[in-house]
Formats: sequence, structure tokens, C-alpha cells
Amino acid sequence: MTTSTPTTNKKIESVPGITVRLCGDSGDGMQLLGTQLTNTSALAGNDVATFPDFPAEIRAPRGTRAGVSGFQVQFASESIFTPGDTLDALVVMNPAAMVTNIGDLRKGGILIANEDGFNDKEYKLAKVESNPLEADVIDQSYRVVKVAMTKLTRAAVAEHGLSTKIADRCKNFFAMGLVYWLFGRSLDPTLRFIEAKFGKKPDIAAANVAALRAGWAYGETTEEFSESYQVEAAELEPGTYRNIMGNQALAWGLIAASNISGKEMFYGTYPITPASDILHELTKFKNFGVRTFQAEDEIAAIGATIGAAFGGTMAVTASSGPGIALKGEAMGLGVMLELPMIVINVQRGGPSTGLPTKTEQSDLLQVMFGRNGEAPMPVLAPRSPGDCFAMAVEAWRIATECMVPVMLLSDGYIANGSEPWKIPDMDELPTIKCSHPEEHTGEGPFLPYARDENLARPWAIPGTPELMHRLGGLEKEDGTGNVSYDPANHQHMCDTRAAKVAKIAERIPEQDVNGETSGDVLVVSWGGTYGACHTAVNRCREAGHSVSHAHIRYVNPLPRNIGTLLKSFKTVVVPELNSGQLRMLLRAEYLVDCIGINKIQGKPFAVSELVEAISKHTSTQSHSKAG
Amino acid sequence: MNLPVLKAADFASDQDVRWCPGCGDYSILAQMKKILPDLGVPREKTVFVSGIGCSSRFPYYMNTYGMHSIHGRAPTFATGLKSTRPDLMVWVITGDGDALSIGGNHFIHCLRRNLDVNIVLFNNRIYGLTKGQYSPTSTEGQVTKSTPMGAIDHPLSPLSVALAAEATFVARSIDAHVQHLGKTLKAAAEHKGTSLVEVYQNCNVFNDGAMAYAQERKQRADNVIELEHGKPLIFGAERDKGIRLVGSHLEVVNTADVPADDLLIHDANDPNPSIQMMLARMRYPEMPEPIGVLRSVAGVSTYNDQINEQVTQAKAARGEGDLAKLFRSGDTWEVTA
Ligand SMILES: Cc1ncc(C[n+]2csc(CCOP(=O)(O)OP(=O)(O)O)c2C)c(N)n1
Ligand code: SF4
Repeated sequence: MTTSTPTTNKKIESVPGITVRLCGDSGDGMQLLGTQLTNTSALAGNDVATFPDFPAEIRAPRGTRAGVSGFQVQFASESIFTPGDTLDALVVMNPAAMVTNIGDLRKGGILIANEDGFNDKEYKLAKVESNPLEADVIDQSYRVVKVAMTKLTRAAVAEHGLSTKIADRCKNFFAMGLVYWLFGRSLDPTLRFIEAKFGKKPDIAAANVAALRAGWAYGETTEEFSESYQVEAAELEPGTYRNIMGNQALAWGLIAASNISGKEMFYGTYPITPASDILHELTKFKNFGVRTFQAEDEIAAIGATIGAAFGGTMAVTASSGPGIALKGEAMGLGVMLELPMIVINVQRGGPSTGLPTKTEQSDLLQVMFGRNGEAPMPVLAPRSPGDCFAMAVEAWRIATECMVPVMLLSDGYIANGSEPWKIPDMDELPTIKCSHPEEHTGEGPFLPYARDENLARPWAIPGTPELMHRLGGLEKEDGTGNVSYDPANHQHMCDTRAAKVAKIAERIPEQDVNGETSGDVLVVSWGGTYGACHTAVNRCREAGHSVSHAHIRYVNPLPRNIGTLLKSFKTVVVPELNSGQLRMLLRAEYLVDCIGINKIQGKPFAVSELVEAISKHTSTQSHSKAG
Repeated sequence: MNLPVLKAADFASDQDVRWCPGCGDYSILAQMKKILPDLGVPREKTVFVSGIGCSSRFPYYMNTYGMHSIHGRAPTFATGLKSTRPDLMVWVITGDGDALSIGGNHFIHCLRRNLDVNIVLFNNRIYGLTKGQYSPTSTEGQVTKSTPMGAIDHPLSPLSVALAAEATFVARSIDAHVQHLGKTLKAAAEHKGTSLVEVYQNCNVFNDGAMAYAQERKQRADNVIELEHGKPLIFGAERDKGIRLVGSHLEVVNTADVPADDLLIHDANDPNPSIQMMLARMRYPEMPEPIGVLRSVAGVSTYNDQINEQVTQAKAARGEGDLAKLFRSGDTWEVTA
């Protein structure tokens, strides 16, 4: 197989970045196309950010609006933090994909349509009267390129003697080739991918290669395009990079934490979108000592996790909101037992089964308070796909230092999104020391609830002579761990468990701020909205507004300087994909009024909508300053 | 190796036992303490995991490692523990409400996975800790605090459930029949794979005498049949009654009337659970109820062995995990200053 990419003879225009969305029927392979484009762009040195968007049904009715699957990617020569708001280019495989997505294409943007997917039958499925491509406004607003992708693909793969059905499946590779030509992407990584994936089926591999090259050649020869676009490599920090997805980074972070703490890992879980991919990823790494347990339900998953923690293993469980609800009682037990473990919640749209494939941030109060009794747990929230790695390691560090279950709060947007990730050097990784008392020292019986300066108790494990003790959900007497109904002891233990979590603030970094540490507006955000908030605040600042941004990764306890920070700005604005959960916590804790920017549509924030919402609180102030 | 010789008393914790005076739980606790020294497993390698209920206070009274967990979920905690620490001997202590009501799901899955733990199910056919509501094993029509007009649910048999889940070791014993109880617990401990021992346990406060027909020495001989592998099924104070298989059901016969060869010979090792299931379905007063080991099948892989074996295999095939190599797997690129 020749793996080199041809070079174009047409004009090349250099642009700082491109946002493109690929959409088609859920069977059209759009996610594959998107992932390939992302990887290729990342390998070209661009900064990339992605946003896959898929239907909740596995095989939604073909050709319908409900069945549209999309993948958006932004690649740029500067640092970017979101997959982009408006599209420079939109590729659509059928009318349903076109009508549900065209609204996001910017005026003058390129619309590439698979002409063969536009016919009477498809109009009916998409519930449109006539060919949407023919509408006058489409021609006037966009650069429309109609390509007979099915026909061209069939011709390109004809010599491989495949059935029409299989031949037609190659058309996503044709579309890919065309997109690669348009944006000056190398074909090589995808050729390698085809070889690895279809190597055992040479005819399919050869057909996909032919379709990919045909797509590229079409771009080069058609009169429709007089030029292609080039995005230069981004100026990222020096180092070795790879592209990484959120759930994958989480899994790798867990593996790293297990490795550097000298502990094998036990991962107990029950499948649920969008957390399942963590399980799929971890099962590949049994040679790292990872034991995965697919339990009969979420309660069994966390039960097994606590059992493994008791035995001295690094124990982790994960779910999404509905499963976290089931784990509530056991989390309370984990808090009473004071054993280290990690509970991951990859949030999706709720309540109940809600919008399983869409993103939302509405489980914050659930993870803060969704347990009976006073059962505080530390809560950490990664801000981006790559950050999942670091926060997984942090979660395990805190869990072991303080002997406490730690909640890690991700979301569907982070989980499925991807970005370039700078591979850490091994000596950059933090050290995590795990130790178990080996013998009983001192007078009297062993005290399983004796405490150190972190208020952590010893992690004595079964198998250690003379340290036999019994744990349980009945209130414990401090020190001895014996069951105690003494009212004063209960007060003392509730206070101690709370103090232990509060003290973690001493061992986490102070809150950093993008911008000045005082001024007119402070934007406070957490979790997956980081990219949109960061970009929006930068735009506001470029426009001369006094706006700063604090993005919280340690949600409980909050960093120790947050109170001061909130009080140093005239207005605090809190954008969240819920109806104001962090805002409620901040107001309650610091008695500082906060203004919410809230959206619960299963969609991430667009930068433009945040800029507009934030500007409402800045324009008057900055005008008066200027005046 | 010179192991210190332990006595029953060495397994007692310093905590006061707080069951009602006369509760059957005391006898089970005593038998457990008695057999443990014989098993040769040190105290620190022994763990009791329980759910919630009167019986589930058990771990507090043992000078071993222990975990009093949440209602119905003890098998799940045991699963994580035994999967990561196969070196430990793990006991699951549970009640009829705990194991079969709220924990029915986990009970079944623990058995079908054949996790190498020993489940002791204290069956008093009532909810003790919550003060006297009927349980999944209460008899139909039973009047309790929550069923003033009589229970309308059909009762569940833990032995039948366990056999249906293809459990590899299924047994029953009785709190008051102390020798039998000790022997049965010991057999359970020696089995590799999940063992279930149902113990008829008298709750003298909320369901006193519910199983007197099996517990009281005088009635026991006629109402209970002691199973022994390879032996014919004979019972009765005079050992004058036996069990015969006719077609697809069991019947009680007088040993005087039928040739000895006609009696059913108990085969606990039969991997086919059909006849064991028939035995499990024998109910007082129509039939004598079986005690002893109904089923004991060896050679079935355990969950804990398998989960660890896969890790060993993966390490052998691919070498110990190397983080630096993992990070650099797949496509990477360099950014230079
Ligand atoms: C989630 C939950 N639901 C209900 C209870 C209340 N509860 C405690 S023990 C019990 C029943 C115990 O009955 P059984 O398992 O037969 O044990 P026994 O007390 O008879 O030994 C119930 C309903 C609880 N502790 N937790
Ligand atoms: S209530 Fe019944 S089961 Fe519970 S301790 Fe008392 S007698 Fe025993």
C-alpha cells in the first residue's frame, strides 16, 4: 500500500482555524469520520476540540431527523477550548441531516451535500416538502457543493467486486477524502487506520482506501473548488502529544494513580451511558493489575468497591446520575467506614433517564447531598477531556491521604470530547503514598479510628495479625470503632467527618484566575463549561471589559481563597448547564449574590451566547470607565 | 509450621452480645466459634461480612476482621473483597429478609458466580430487627404485625433458589441441633465455591416456635430427614420411614413395606440438580424436611480464581503494565520550542 498523500496543484489559502460538522444517518459512519479527521488534525499539530452528538436510539429509524448523528470538530493554529459555535463547513449525507444542522452554518460557509441522498423517499423520511438544497435562500447564503457521493463511491470501488450494500458503506471514506483535500489533511494516519482495522478483510480495506483516495481526487479535479485551506500547527507548549478523549483520560488517570501508589485496581460498575466507555477502556489493561467487575446493578458495583477497599485495593466505581442515585446508601456507608475509594459520576441530562446521550451539569447537588444523614464527600470536577487524567490522580491522592470516598464529577460532553494531551513525564506525576499498619504498636487494643493530622484513620487490612477490627454503618465510637449510641459521640463523629473533608482545602491549590483578581465581573464556572467560559471571557476582555474567570475544579471543599475572590468583584456571574446549583452553593456559603446564566437543553454553551450574557453585566461599567 | 492452637474463646470479641435472651442466634455464634479453630485459618485471615438484621450483628461478636454493611448487600461487599483478596476466608452472614427480600438479586448472582465464600442464612421466617413483619419465607396465612389478616405471598425456599442458581454447595441445618450445625458449617467452609447454609433459627420474640417441628428434639426425628451422601433416605424416631422416587416425585414409605434397594440414595455430588431440587421442595407437614448437605459439586471454577487468573494471563502475555509505554501507544506528535 502506498501511504503518501498527494499534493494539490490548486491554490492554498491559510486560515487560523476551521470548524466543521459532519452529519448523516446514524448508520453512515459519521462518528468514525469525525474521529479520523480529529486525529489527523491533531497529528498535523493543530489544537483540536470535538463534540460528538448522537441519537439516544441505537438504530433510530433511518433517514429521519431523530436518527441524525453528528460530529463537530474545530482545529486551529491557536489554542482553542471549544469545538466552535458556528460552522465554516457542513457535510450532510441526507436531507434530515441538512435541515437539522443548517442553522449552525455561518453565512458564506461551505455546504457539502451527498446529492444521492436527496430524493423523494428521503424527503418524506425527513418530513420536508421538497428538496431543501433547491431553496433559494440556501444558494444565496452558502457555497453549496453537491456531490454524487454514492455513485462516485460505487465507481471507485467497482473493481473490488463488493455487493452494492457494502460498496455504499464506503461512502463515508469518500466524504472523508474530500474533506481531507479541502483542509489539506494528510491521508496517511487514516490509511494506517484502515490497514489496522480492516487488514484481515483485504477487499474491504482496499475499497475503503479507493473511496478515500477518490474523495481526495474529486476535490482536486472538480471545478467546484478553486482553492483549499491550510491551518498551520498551533503553538502548544513543547512536548510529546497525543489526542485523548475524556473517558479514556479518566481510565488512564486511574491506571496511573494505581501504578504510582503501588496498588492494583478494582473497578466495579454497571453499564450506563455515558460512563460505560471507562469500563471498556479499563478492561484492556488487566496487565496493569486492573480487575474489572461488571456487577448485577449499581448497588452491587459500589458494594464490591467498598469490599475491595476494605481489602486494601485501589477501588473505583462509576456511573451516571441514575446509578449514582442507587449508590447513595452505600456511599453513606463508605463515609462511615472511612475507607479510600473513588466514585465517578459521568453526568447526563436528567431527571430520571432524561436525555441519556446529551450533556448536562445537574447532578452537582445530588453528589453533594444525595445521601442520608450528614455524609460529606469531597467532590472534584475535571474541566476538559485531558484534565480527566489529572483529576483522577488527584481523586486517589485525596482519598488515601484522608481515608475518604471521593466523588469525581465528569459529564457527557467531556467524556466523549477529545483534545490534544501533553504526555506527562513519569517524574511529573505526583507521588501517592499508600501504607497499611503492619503491627500493633502502643498500649491497649488496636484503635481502628485513631486519627492523624489529616483526621485520617489507619487503613488496617485483613490479614494483618493483631489488628482485627469490625467496621460497619452503625455509628462508631471515635478511636475504638465500637458501636456507640452516645449522643455526644455522634455529634463528635459528624463534626469530625465534616472537618476532615473541610481540611482538604489546605492541601489543594488556591483558585486561579484568568484576568485580574478584582474588578467588575467575575465569571465562576465548573466542569465541562470551562472551554466556552474561558473563550467567552477572553473575548469580553479583548473588547475592553473588566471581566475575570475562575474555573473551579475542586468543588468540595472549595479552594480557600474563593470567598475573598467573590467579594472582590462588583458582580459574580455563574454560567451552568442546570438551573443554578453551584450558584446556590456559593450564595449559601459566602452570602455573596451571584447571577446565573443557565441552560438545560442537553447542549453545551455556545461562546457567543455567553459573551452576550456576560456583556449584559459589563457594558455599563466599562462605558462609564471609558467615559 | 507451628500454628498456635486456638480455642473457641479466642474467636470471641470483647463486645457484649446483644441478642434477645433465648434467640437462636446464640447457638449459631457458639458453633461458629467452635468450628473455626479446626479450620486452621488464622483469625486475621478470617472476615465476616453481614447485611442488616438481628443476625447481621454477628461480625461484631467475632474477634476477626468484619464488616456490618447495608441491608441485603453483604454478598456484594464479599465479592469485591474476595476477588481482590483470595487469600482470605470470607463468611457472609445474612437473614431471610436480608438475603431473599432486599438482597435477592445479589444472593442469586453470588451463587451463580460461585465466588468462594460461605453464606450462612439465618432463617427465622420473620423480620426480627424491625420488630415482627412477615418475611419472604413466612408461611402463607401467617399473622404478623404487617399481615393482620394473614400473609398472602407464597413463601420462597432459599434452597430452591440456590439450586436454581446452580449453586455448588447447598445445605441446611438447625440452631438447636448443635452437632449437626457445627458439622454442616465445617463442610461449607471446606467447600471451594459459594456455599449456602440455611439455618432454621428461632426468633423467640416475634415468631417463637415457628419451626418447633424441626427444632424440638422430640418432634425432629419424624419431621426432619438427615441427608448423607451415598446413604439411603431414612428417618423417623424408629428409623422406620424412608423416601422413594416414583416417576418424577418423592414419596414417604414404611421401610418395613419396601425393599431397602427401593429407597432413594442421596447423591450430593450429582451435578444435575433435579433430584436435589425435589428434596429442597419437601415441606412439613406433608413431608419431612431435609437437613444436611443437599448438594456439593466440586470442580466448578470460582469467580475469584478467574478474575485473578485473567490478570495473571494478561501479565504473562503482555508483560507488566508500563505507564510510559501506554501513554505513547498509538499516534503521537512532537511540539518543539
Ligand atoms: C435500605 C433499608 N431498608 C430497610 C431497612 C430496615 N430493616 C432492617 S433489618 C430488616 C429486616 C431484617 O430481617 P431479616 O433479614 O430476616 O433479619 P433478622 O432481623 O430476622 O435476623 C429491615 C427491613 C434497612 N435497614 N435498610
Ligand atoms: S428479635 Fe428475634 S431474631 Fe432478633 S435478637 Fe430477638 S429473638 Fe433474635
